[in-house]
Amino acid sequence: MVTVEGLTKEFPGGVRALDGLNLSIMDGEFFALLGPSGCGKTTLLRTIAGLESPTSGAVRIGDRDVTPLAPGARNVAMVFQDYALFPHMTVRENIAYPLKIKRQPRGEREARAGEIGGQLGLAGLMPRRPAELSGGQQQRVALARAVACRPSVFLFDEPLSNLDARLRLEARTFLKRLQRELAVTTVFVTHDQAEALALADRIAVMDAGQIRQIGTAREVFRRPSTTFVANFIGSTPMNLLSGEVRGDGIAVAGGTVPRPDGLSDGEPVTVGIRPEYLPVLTSAQHGALSGEVSIVEHLGTSSLVTVEIDGELVAGTVAEGDEPDTGTRVWLRPVPGRVLIYRVGDGTLVS
Amino acid sequence: MSLAKAVVARILTYVGIALATGFFALPLLWLLSAPFDDSPSYGVHWPSHLTLHNFAALGHNPYAFGSLVNSVLLGAGTMLLVVVVAALAAYALSRVRIPGRDALLYGLLLLSSVITGTAAMVPIFLLIFQLGLIDSRFGVVLVLSGGLLPAAIFLLKDFIDTIPRSYEESARVFGATPLQILRHIVVPVARPGLATIAVWTVVQVWGSFLTPFILLRDPDKQPAAVLVRTFYTEGGSPNLALISTFSLLYSIPVVLMYLFAWSRYGFRFHGGIKS
Amino acid sequence: MVGLGRSRAVAFVAPALVLIGVFLVFPAFWTLYIGVTNYRLTGAAAKAPEVVGLDNYRGVLSDPAFYRSLWLTLIYVLVSAAVGQNVLGFGLAWALRGARRAIRRLIESLVLLAWVLPSSVVAFLWIAMLDRDAGTVNMLLGQSPGTAWLVQYPMTALVVFNIWRGTAFSMMLYSAALSSVPPSHLETARVVGSSTMQTLRDVVLPHIRRHALTNTLLITLWTFNDFTPFLLTAGGPDHRSEVAPVYIYNTAIVGGDMGYSGAVSLVVLLINLLLALVYLRAARAGRSS
Repeated sequence: MVTVEGLTKEFPGGVRALDGLNLSIMDGEFFALLGPSGCGKTTLLRTIAGLESPTSGAVRIGDRDVTPLAPGARNVAMVFQDYALFPHMTVRENIAYPLKIKRQPRGEREARAGEIGGQLGLAGLMPRRPAELSGGQQQRVALARAVACRPSVFLFDEPLSNLDARLRLEARTFLKRLQRELAVTTVFVTHDQAEALALADRIAVMDAGQIRQIGTAREVFRRPSTTFVANFIGSTPMNLLSGEVRGDGIAVAGGTVPRPDGLSDGEPVTVGIRPEYLPVLTSAQHGALSGEVSIVEHLGTSSLVTVEIDGELVAGTVAEGDEPDTGTRVWLRPVPGRVLIYRVGDGTLVS
Repeated sequence: MSLAKAVVARILTYVGIALATGFFALPLLWLLSAPFDDSPSYGVHWPSHLTLHNFAALGHNPYAFGSLVNSVLLGAGTMLLVVVVAALAAYALSRVRIPGRDALLYGLLLLSSVITGTAAMVPIFLLIFQLGLIDSRFGVVLVLSGGLLPAAIFLLKDFIDTIPRSYEESARVFGATPLQILRHIVVPVARPGLATIAVWTVVQVWGSFLTPFILLRDPDKQPAAVLVRTFYTEGGSPNLALISTFSLLYSIPVVLMYLFAWSRYGFRFHGGIKS
Repeated sequence: MVGLGRSRAVAFVAPALVLIGVFLVFPAFWTLYIGVTNYRLTGAAAKAPEVVGLDNYRGVLSDPAFYRSLWLTLIYVLVSAAVGQNVLGFGLAWALRGARRAIRRLIESLVLLAWVLPSSVVAFLWIAMLDRDAGTVNMLLGQSPGTAWLVQYPMTALVVFNIWRGTAFSMMLYSAALSSVPPSHLETARVVGSSTMQTLRDVVLPHIRRHALTNTLLITLWTFNDFTPFLLTAGGPDHRSEVAPVYIYNTAIVGGDMGYSGAVSLVVLLINLLLALVYLRAARAGRSS
C-alpha cells in the first residue's frame, strides 16, 4: 500500500506543485494520476520515487515511512517517459543493471535477465543496443528492467506517450496484462484520459497541485465531481450549459431537465450532459432541447452532431447512418439519470 | 560576360590556384625531403641519396629521444588533469542549478582568451619562480591546465547538457550511488565528448612553445617544441639532418591527432577555440 | 538536484576553480601589482621589490622602444591577419568552390598542414626557405648568395610567414560561410548577367558579413598574441621585428626588468580585453538578430 499524507511540494521561486495531497493506493492496484500538464502529477510520482523531496508531508510504502529515504532504498522501480535505457549497454545489460547495483553475482544476473526478457518477448533481442530497437521494444526493455528488481511498487511516467497511435493500443493491452500477472501495486501518470480509463482500477484527477476526484474509471466517467473533471474526462467534451432552477425542473437551452434536491428556486446552475447521452431525434419531444444542425462529424460507429440552440452550441450523438442534414431542425433528449447538475459558484456536483 | 573575358578569368583563376599551391607546398616539401637525404641542405631538392640513416643517427643525440618523452609526459599529464577536473566541474555545472552559472562560464571563457601566454608571461614566470617550480614539468602542466580548463569545461558542459537526466535518475531509483552513476552511466555516455577534449588538450600542449620555454631550463626536461631550437641556435652551423628528421618525427603525432579529430567531429573541432 | 546535492556539486567544481584561479586569473591581477614595483629577476630588487608607483607606466609611455614595438605589432596584425589571411582565405574559399574534388582536397590539406604543424617546426621550415646561401626562395630567384631575407626584410618575412601559417582558419570559415549562400541567389545573379565583382558585392557579401567580422576579430586576437615571430627573428636584427610579445619576453626574461614588462603586459591585456569584448558583442548581436 502506498500512502501520501498532507504532501506539499514548493519549488524555489514559489511554485506550489503539490498542495497538501492525501491519497492511499491499495496493494496490487493499478492507479492512474490524470491531469493536464503542469497539474503536479509527475511531481507526485517523482516524490513517491524519492527523486523530489517534499516541502512537508509524508510518503509511506507498506507500513514504512519512506519520506527521508533515498530513492534506491524505497524498493520502487520507475519507468521514465523516454525509457532512460542506457545507450552504451545491451538489452541484457540494461535489464541486469538493477541486479548489478544489488551486487548479485554475474551468472545469476544474466540468468534472471534472460528469464524476464523471455517473458516479455525480448528473447531474440538480448545482445542488441537500445538504438537498434523499435519504440515498442524499447518500452518492453524498460518494463523488463523495472520487473527485474522485484519492486513492491511500479511507477510509470507517461508509459505510452512515446509510441505511435497504433502501437499504443497494443502496448496498452500488454501493460494491463503484465500488471495483472505480476499483481504489483502500480502508479502511473498520464495526461490522456482514454489511457487512464482503459488501464486504471482507480483514477485520481489532478489540477493545480490538488486532487479533484478519486474513483474508479466508471465513477469518474459517469459522475465527475466538478466541472473541471467533467471537462477533462471523455473523448468528446461534455456539454456544460447554463440553466436555472424553475418550478419542478431546470430550464436549459429551451428544454427542461429534472431537478435534484437541495437547490432553491431561481438558482443558476451548470447542466452537464455528455454528447453520448444526448441522442439526436428528428421529431418533437416534450422537454427536449431543440435547434438547428450546424456540423456533423463522423466518429465511426456514431456521429457527433453539433446543434445551435439560441446561439449556444450543444453536441449530441446519432447512430451511424441516421445523420440529419445540416440546417434541419432536430431535438435532443437527455438520457434519464445521466444529467449532471453543478453549482455555479464552486463547480461542485449536486448529488 | 564575353567568351574571351570568361576564358581569361578562368586562366587567371587557375594561375592563382597554382601559385597558392606552390606557396603552401614549398616550405612543407623540405620536411618531407630533407630527412631522407644523406646530405641535406637548406634548399628543397630531391634527395641525392635516399637514406634512413638520419633516423638512426637521431639516437646519438643525448636529448632528442628524451624530449619526445617529455612532450608525451606534458601532453598526458595536462590531458589527464584537464579531462578529470573539467569533467567533474562540467557535470556539476550541468546538473545543479547555481545562480549566475552561465555568467561564470562566459566570464571564464572570456578570461581565458584575454589572459594568453603572451600577456601573462611575466606574472606566470614570477609565480612559478616563487613557488619554486622552475624546471619542473609539473609546474608547466599546472600552468597549461589553468589556461585550457575554461574552454574545456565550456565544451564539456554543452555536451553533458545533451545527456538526458532520466539516465541518472533511473540509476538512482535502482539504488546506484553518485559515484556509481558517474562510473556506470555518465562517463560511458559522455565518452565521445571526453575523447574530444582529450585530443584537443594533447594537440594544444604538443605544439605549445612559450610556456615550457620560459619555465624549463634543463634540456633533460624540455619537450620537443623547445629542444628543437637548441639544434640550430647553439654553436656553429645547424645540424640539418638532425633538425629535419626530428621535426618530422615530432610533427607526425599532431597531424595524426588532427586527422582523427576531423574525421570524427569535422572542422567544428576548432570552432574558434584554438588558442 | 540529481542526487548530487549542493555540497557535492561545490566539491566537483572546486578543483577547476582553484586551478583557473591560481594559474589564470591571479596572474592577470598580479600584473597590476608587478607593474607598480621595481621587481627584477636578480640583484637587490629581486629579494625585496619596492613599490615605485606609476614610474614604470611613465617609463613605458615615454619609451620609443615601446612605441616602435606597438607600431610593428600593428603592422604585423593588420597586414598579415586582418588583410593577408582574410583576403587569401576568402580568395581560396571562393576559387576552390567550383574546383575539382581532388584539387580542392589537395590544396585544403596543404593549407591546413601549415596551420596544424607545431610552431617550432614551421619556424625552421621558413628559416630554411629564406636562407641566404641555399634557401629555396633564393634558389628560385636564381641568386646565390642571395638576399638574407630575415635580416634585410624581417617584418616582410614575418608577415608572409604568418599569412602562410594562419590562412587555414579563414579559408575554412569562409568556405563554410559560402556554402550557406543559397545557390538560387547565385544563379539569379548569373541569369541577370552580373559580373563576378557585382555578384560578390550584392549577393555574397551580405550573407557572409557576420562571418567576416568574427573571423577578423579572432585572427586579430591570435596574431596579436602570437609568439612565433620570436622563433624566426627573436625580434632582431636590432629590434626591427620586435613585436609586442617578443618585446615583453626580451625585457622581462632576457633583461630581467619585471616591473617594466609588467606594465607593458597590462597594455597587452587591456587590448586583448577590448578585442574580446567587441567579439562577444558582435556574437551576441548576431545571435539576437
